[in-house]
Order: sequence, then C-alpha cells, then structure tokens
Amino acid sequence: MSEVFTKTMARNIFYGGTTFFFLLLLALTFDTISVLPERDHRENITPEVVLGKKVWEDNNCIGCHTLLGEGAYFAPELGNVYKRFGNSTDAIKGFIMSRPKDGIPGRRSMPQFNLSEEELTGIAEFLKWTSEVNTANWPPNIQG
Amino acid sequence: MQYQSQSVAKLYFIAAIGLFLGQILFGTVLGAQYIWGDFLFPAIPFNVARMVHTNLLIVWLLFGFMGAAYYLIPEESETELFSPILAILMFWVFLAAGAATILAYLLVPYATLAEITMNDLLPTMGREFLEQPTITKIGIVIVALSFLFNIGMTMLKGRKTVISMIMFLGLVGLAVFFLFSFVNPHNLIEDKFWWWWVVHLWVEGVWELIMGAMLAFVLIKTTGVDREIIEKWLYVIIAMSLITGLIGMGHHYYWIGTPEYWQWWGSIFSAMEPIPFFMMVLYTFNMVNQRRREHPNKVALLWAQGTAVMAFLGAGVWGFIHTLAPVNYYTHGTQVTAAHGHMAFYGAYVMITLAIISYAMPLLRGRVANSNQAQIVEMWSFWLMTIAMVFITLFLTAAGVLQVWLQRYTETPMGFMEVQDKLEIFYMMREIAGIVFLIGLGIYIYSFFVGGEEEASA
Ligand code: HEC
Ligand code: HEM
Ligand code: HEM
Ligand SMILES: [Fe+2]
Repeated sequence: MSEVFTKTMARNIFYGGTTFFFLLLLALTFDTISVLPERDHRENITPEVVLGKKVWEDNNCIGCHTLLGEGAYFAPELGNVYKRFGNSTDAIKGFIMSRPKDGIPGRRSMPQFNLSEEELTGIAEFLKWTSEVNTANWPPNIQG
Repeated sequence: MQYQSQSVAKLYFIAAIGLFLGQILFGTVLGAQYIWGDFLFPAIPFNVARMVHTNLLIVWLLFGFMGAAYYLIPEESETELFSPILAILMFWVFLAAGAATILAYLLVPYATLAEITMNDLLPTMGREFLEQPTITKIGIVIVALSFLFNIGMTMLKGRKTVISMIMFLGLVGLAVFFLFSFVNPHNLIEDKFWWWWVVHLWVEGVWELIMGAMLAFVLIKTTGVDREIIEKWLYVIIAMSLITGLIGMGHHYYWIGTPEYWQWWGSIFSAMEPIPFFMMVLYTFNMVNQRRREHPNKVALLWAQGTAVMAFLGAGVWGFIHTLAPVNYYTHGTQVTAAHGHMAFYGAYVMITLAIISYAMPLLRGRVANSNQAQIVEMWSFWLMTIAMVFITLFLTAAGVLQVWLQRYTETPMGFMEVQDKLEIFYMMREIAGIVFLIGLGIYIYSFFVGGEEEASA
C-alpha cells in the first residue's frame, strides 16, 4: 500500500468503522426486538410451550434436527412438522412415543426418550407454536 | 524462544492436537452414521457424537488460541509472562473441565446430565454448539478471565504492539460475546436471535481479529518484512472484517421470525464479507514475495499461505454462494451449510492454529526449525488434510444441491428421509475423504517424532 495511506489512517478506519457499524447493529437490534411480538405471537407462549422448549433443550433434539433451518442436518426439519402432520399435536406425540428403544435396523433412528404425558404435550405445543411464527414464508414447502 | 515463560504454550499446543484427534475420530463416526443410520445406535446416538465433534473443535481451537497468545504476547511485549503459574493452573482446570464434559456427553444421557448439573437454575443447555452444562460455561468464563488478566498484565508491563493489541481485542471480544450463551429466553425466536451473537460474532467477527494477529505474527517472523507494512495491512483487513461482518449477521435473520428488512441488510453486507478474506490472500502472498529472509521453517510458511487461501475459499467463496437471501431461502439448513461450515472452520481457524504451532513448536523444543525430514512429513500431512477437506466440501456441496433440487426447488417435493437415501453415494465418498483426513492427521502427529539433522538451536 502506498505512502499516502498511513498506518494511522488504517487504524482510524478500524476503530471508527467498527464503532459506527456496531452502533448501527444496536439500532437494528432495538428495532427488531420491538417488532418481534407481532411476528412471534408471544401471547401464545403458554406454560406448556415453555415446558416444551425445556424438553427440547434437555434432550438435545437440535443435535439431529433443524428447527427453522438451524441445527443438525441428519433428521427432518421440525419448524413445520405440526403442519406436515396434518395440524395434529397428537400425531407428533404419537411419533415421539412410538420410537423403538433399539432403533430401526438400517435406518437413521431417533431415540426413545421415555417422556411423560405432560412433557409430550409440552413438546407438541412448542412445535405447534413454532410453526405459527411468521418466518417470511420459509420453508419453501411442506417437506421442510 | 526468547522468554522462558513462553514455554507454557507447549502444554496448550499438545492438548490442542490431542483433542483435534478426538474431534476427527468422532467426525468419521458421524460420517458413518450418515451412511448406516443405526451405526452405534443406541450406544452413541448421532446427536451425542455431533456434540463431541463440534465441542472438541471449539475447545481445541480455544487451547490453540490461548497457546498462541502465551507464545506471542511475551515476545511482542518483550517481557516475561505476568504469571506462568496461573497459566499452567488454568491449563489443567480447562483440560479437566473439557474432558469431564466430553466424557459426560458419552456416558450419561443428555437429559440426565441437564438434571444433575441443575440446568433448571440457569438453563443454557441444548442449543447447537452451546450444549455444555451451565457449570462448564461458568468454568470457561473463569478460565477466560484469568487468561485475559494474565496476558493483559503482561502487555501492560511491556512493549505494546499492534499485533498484541489486536490479539488482545479479539480475545476480549471472544469472552464478551460468549456471555450471550447465558441468554436463553423462553421465546425461541429471541433465543435464536441472541444465539447468533455468540456464533456469528465469533467466527465472522472477533475471531478474525485473532486470526489476523496470529497470521501477522507468523509472517513477520518468517518473512522478515517490515512490521509497519504488515501492521497497516492488518488494520485494513480487520476493519473490513468488522465493517462487513457486524451487519452481515443479518444473513442469519432471514427466516427465523425476524423482520424482512434483514434480507436486505444481511445480503448486502455479508456479500462483502469475502473482501477481508481476499485481502488476506493478497497480503500473505505479497509478504512472502517481498521476504527479506529465508526462514528455515518452510512448513510454517506453507500453513500460513494455506490458511489464507483456504479461508478465502471456505468462508469467502463457500460463504458467498449461499449468503444472498433468495439463494439462502432454498439452501438454509441443508448440506450446503455443512459444506461451508467445514471448509471455513478448517481453512480459517484450524489452519491458522496449525500454522502457529508449526512455527512455535520447534522453537519451544529448542531449535529454529525441524529437520528437513520432519518438515517433509508435515508437508505431506498438510496436503492430505487440505485436499481431503476440499473433497469433503465438494461432496457435501453436491449432496446439498441435490437435496435442494429434490426437496425444495421443485413442484413435487420429496420427503426429507427419502431424499437422504438418494444422497448416499455422496455420503459414502465424504466418509472416504474423512478417513483420508484422519490419516493426514495421523501423519501430522507422527511428524513431531521424526528426528533427523536439526537446524541450529534457537
Ligand atoms: C439421534 C438423533 C435424533 C434425536 C436426538 C431426535 N430425533 Fe427426532 N428424528 C430423528 C430421525 C432420524 C427422524 C426420522 C425418523 C424416520 O423417519 O424414521 C426423526 C423424526 C422426528 C419427527 C417426525 C418428523 C417427520 O417429519 O417425520 C419428530 C416430530 C421428531 N423427530 C421429534 C423429535 C424431538 C421432539 C426430539 C427431542 C426430544 C427429537 N426428535 C430428537 C432423529 C432424532
Ligand atoms: C478439521 C476438520 C473438521 C472441522 C473443522 C469440522 C467442523 C464441523 C462443524 C463446524 C460442524 C457443524 C456443522 C454445521 O452446523 O454446519 C461439523 C459437523 C459435522 N462434521 Fe465435521 N469437521 C471436521 C472434520 C470432519 C470429518 C473428517 C468428518 C467425517 C468424515 C466430519 C463429519 C461431520 C458430520 C457428519 C457433521 C454433522 C453434520 C450434520 O449436522 O448433519 N467432520 N463439523
Ligand atoms: C471463517 C469464517 C467462517 C466460519 C468458521 C463459518 C462457519 C459457519 C458455520 C459453522 C455455519 C453453520 C451454522 C449453523 O450450524 O447453523 C455457518 C453458516 C452460514 N455462513 Fe458461515 N462461516 C464463516 C464465514 C462466512 C462468510 C464470510 C459468509 C458469507 C459470505 C458466511 C455465510 C454463512 C451463511 C449464509 C450461513 C447460514 C447457512 C444456512 O442458512 O444454513 N459465512 N457458517
Ligand atoms: Fe454468519
């Protein structure tokens, strides 16, 4: 780089640029947080949904599945599984409940988590709530 | 090695390499489970192997960064480390905490682990990359704080250089953004929003400062180019990293419930994120061409050049291909993401860590460079691992494109599991490439034990 462009100038661009864009990020964050309630329908976060998120985390479901496209790519997307299962929380509960303990020979398998009825309802309600978030029309189709 | 206390870095580097081996072993387990779905089930379910793979990656890179800091900060500051004892103590604390956590993943069902570590008191577990029990996270914060204190005090009492300042800033950023891992609202959307403040602001933010500082240090040492020139480049590169990367975080806010304007902010800014990586290539090759000395450690320079090129390919090119919102709409959360994640992590952070180890380890063992034979063996491992990673990336990209085609970009979408069956051939080839990678790593480790005529002692 030429002599007219000095190290001090480079340093100032670094500190100035970083400060400016960090403040811009904060401004956008502030706006996002303030408009989120319209998009995530948090009024529907019942105690069951809260329990469902806990069950989701305590069993590390994200280690195989994606949820709204984030997570692992080994097993189906679950952000819209409520809709894929015909808007049925019972179908979700039935699926999770019926996983064989030793897996399915030759097939990618999901563990049997031995969840209680309450926990099953929680996770199903959590996935139902998630499917109702406004995600700008993602995923492209029902297969996730 | 100019200062006695730099020798603590050796411990950190050895641990890093050991954990790296563990990471790759579990990578090949994951690769096998992609082909034979029930492989090791239910003993080691996929999610458990994955946690081990990714957490080992993060932990060994942290060991590498800390080792790098303990090596380069005293040398840059021209003074002994503030407290070598503290550094050694924290090494064992971190290693014990890391090992205990990994073993717990393998030995106890995750839900039980959450229960016995009292996750309910401050729930932070069960999120990708942040699976560690809360108590481990607190341990990480304590280790990070004493580490920052130690190198901060060292810098205070010595010479302050641009490299040590940037390194320090990057490491402080690493610790600060890790604090967002304790933010876990009941609202999944808010949880996801803040989760990226750890993950994105790490790899596309503050870690780039760390990488830049490490690369600059190795280049100064091996090429003998004037520090002024290197430091100017360093500032410009990291300026571009943060100017593009902070708002570039928007590329994760397209489809998770966040407002649509992020599609614009994210696409425009993240499309510029390859610029600093491209500059790193220009600068590295420029510095090598202008070199004022022929350093006998050839392989360290090979890693340095390799990291610039591979980081540009993995982060820059493979990042760009799926970062624009209309493309990401289809590729989001597919094997394309996995392809990018692998090459970017390898090219940027694995290779820069191996570059500094390659440069510093001989000095820590009392010689300027390893024998020619040892360097040649290490170069073989460089090429094997790097080419294997290129192929892993290519196979995953092919799988990802096909996945999008069959499952998403179509009028007649197939189900996820059905599509995965059709991708088996690519997963097969990925596994083979993964085994080549493992062999390359084995050769890398072997290179430390190759004797031969050594270069003059340091
Ligand atoms: C070890 C990996 C693994 C873990 C952990 C896991 N799953 Fe699964 N899951 C799978 C696989 C594989 C399938 C596909 C099974 C099949 O089609 O035979 C699946 C399918 C599902 C389905 C049906 C999806 C569909 O579209 O057909 C639901 C619902 C589900 N899982 C929920 C969960 C929940 C909730 C958790 C956490 C409590 C969880 N999974 C944890 C592997 C896993
Ligand atoms: C240094 C080398 C490696 C690095 C840096 C690395 C890094 C990573 C990262 C960052 C992830 C998370 C990916 C994401 O969320 O997109 C991951 C997952 C994974 N890795 Fe690796 N990895 C390496 C080597 C390997 C090898 C050799 C294999 C296999 C042969 C492998 C197989 C996998 C698999 C199967 C996953 C899970 C992907 C999924 O979620 O479905 N990795 N790795
Ligand atoms: C060294 C730097 C980088 C590393 C280590 C890295 C690593 C990763 C990883 C591991 C993921 C997967 C995260 C997850 O599990 O959900 C990811 C996602 C992503 N990265 Fe990077 N990345 C880097 C730089 C970049 C750059 C420069 C760009 C853009 C030009 C980019 C664009 C993206 C995008 C768009 C996604 C989201 C993919 C999706 O929608 O599924 N990355 N990155
Ligand atoms: Fe990102």
